[in-house]
Amino acid sequence: MPNNPSDLILVDQLSKYYRVANKQPGFKGTLKHFFDRKTYDVPAVTDISFKISPGEIVGFLGANGAGKTTLLKMMCGLIHPSTGLVDVGGFSPQRRQAAFLKEITLVMGQKQQLIWDLPPMDSLYVNAAVYGLSDYEAKVRINELADMLELGEELTRPVRKLSLGQRMKSEILAALLHKPSVLFLDEPTLGLDVNAQARVRSFLSEYNKRTGATILLTSHYMADITALCPRVICIHKGKLFYDGDLDSLANSLSPSREVKVELKNSCSSDQFEKYGEIQDLNDRFVCLLVSRDKLTDVVSNLLTDFDIIDLEISDPPIDQLIGKLFIKGEVN
Amino acid sequence: MNRYFKTIRLFWSTAFASQLEYQLNFLIELLAMLGTLLGSVFILSLFFTGGRQLGDWTWESALVIQGVYTFLDGLTNALLRPNLTEIVNYVREGTLDYVLLKPIDSQFWLSVKKFSFAGLPEIILGLSIVFWAAIKSGTSFSFYSLSVFIISLSIGFVILYSVWFLIAASSIWFVKTWNATEVLRALLAAGRYPISAYPVILRFIFTLVLPVAFLTTFPAEAILGELKFNILFLGIILSSLFFIFSRFFWKFALKHYTSASS
Repeated sequence: MPNNPSDLILVDQLSKYYRVANKQPGFKGTLKHFFDRKTYDVPAVTDISFKISPGEIVGFLGANGAGKTTLLKMMCGLIHPSTGLVDVGGFSPQRRQAAFLKEITLVMGQKQQLIWDLPPMDSLYVNAAVYGLSDYEAKVRINELADMLELGEELTRPVRKLSLGQRMKSEILAALLHKPSVLFLDEPTLGLDVNAQARVRSFLSEYNKRTGATILLTSHYMADITALCPRVICIHKGKLFYDGDLDSLANSLSPSREVKVELKNSCSSDQFEKYGEIQDLNDRFVCLLVSRDKLTDVVSNLLTDFDIIDLEISDPPIDQLIGKLFIKGEVN
Repeated sequence: MNRYFKTIRLFWSTAFASQLEYQLNFLIELLAMLGTLLGSVFILSLFFTGGRQLGDWTWESALVIQGVYTFLDGLTNALLRPNLTEIVNYVREGTLDYVLLKPIDSQFWLSVKKFSFAGLPEIILGLSIVFWAAIKSGTSFSFYSLSVFIISLSIGFVILYSVWFLIAASSIWFVKTWNATEVLRALLAAGRYPISAYPVILRFIFTLVLPVAFLTTFPAEAILGELKFNILFLGIILSSLFFIFSRFFWKFALKHYTSASS
């Protein structure tokens, strides 16, 4: 498959097997293990292909152990693929050429690179030197990113005294110092509270808009994916399960939305039958299931036809939908 | 190259800042270092009162070996131990990933990231002993003997570093390595005494198999103007081989790491 110049990342029939030796328990098993080792390959990622264009934000979904991290690490060159091809910006990641490494960055939510005992600023200047930035360039860059991340004097306080949210923002700053054009984020909001998650999210989306950087992220928090990623790639048991936009994934999984209405006066069920499937009707409260394509019409009709105090439209929670998807995959 | 020097400067200034961050700990470290120094001086004083000869070395010249040992021990405490014992943590915590994704040589990063300033006084003391004892034993320095001394000292350090790095790199497979570094320190300690003080078989082993002789005896001979040129030549070859092998082994270990880690 030739690399189209419009594709930044090309993954073609990529697989990764881990060789595992099986040892029977006991001394006899140990001897056997030593002299006649039986190894077999455990697939972590099997035959995955996709393309990503510059500037895209793509979310990787999957249960624990589905192969998301293995996939991400193959794309940034930390793991050698067993078979298949990865191409990132014309580079073969596993060779880890300096020109490639200067274009990418990796943020891992559960691992940190900042020096624990020192303020982030010290680590930042070390990173700047490693990437060959001058002190002036580094200063300008740090100020710019600190502004976007709303970091101030935290940068001159020892890392160990920062809150998890402040630390994560500093980690992100350190990872973006060299203006990478491809960001690999493995669980970047892990363990953060809702507000801190939202701030990291809005930063990433702003960074993407400002710099046109491509962002690939995995997250356990569905909110990260729904807020950031127009496109998702679902991995299930090492295989590509779904690749497309999040909305149509949600649509295909659950074509309807819930409309909850609170009325001024009580009403009967036959008044609502024409709008949608009635889930619940209790005096002045009605809950309807309305298909997505009719939603706007139904809502405007409801608003003209009734005296409505409150109206709420909600999606069935996406993580439940994804869960459903994986169970379905299990069955297939 | 410039980038590497700037990186080292920043590595070591942040290392210094980290050590100063805990004031009490830094004081204790200074005290511990003072204790080590006093211990070394005490052992040296035993040499003075002994009046015996070690191998065919007089005490003054044996003292030069003590000086070289103290210098190398200081360098070990300043540079090798803080960095190379840390490699296992990089592997265990997975932060090696960050190092591997930096556009800089990973062996360089792992070998010079830290610098413990508590090792400095030992380095200075070691060098002072070397020169003082060499003068005492009636050596006159020349540009030539000083250069040979510096070269042979570098040979010793490169060999020690390479062997240590090899063992540390094996933590990629074993993750929690056995305390191999203690074995190395014992090896270095074997170099406190002139190589000719050992039986012939050990002498052979310490020269070619475990090159202890290159660590201390040969640099001492160099400053005393007694080092044979062919030994120096052998040392250059041997240390280069050790160093090249350590790089080769690291690349090999990384290949394993990157194909097995998750």
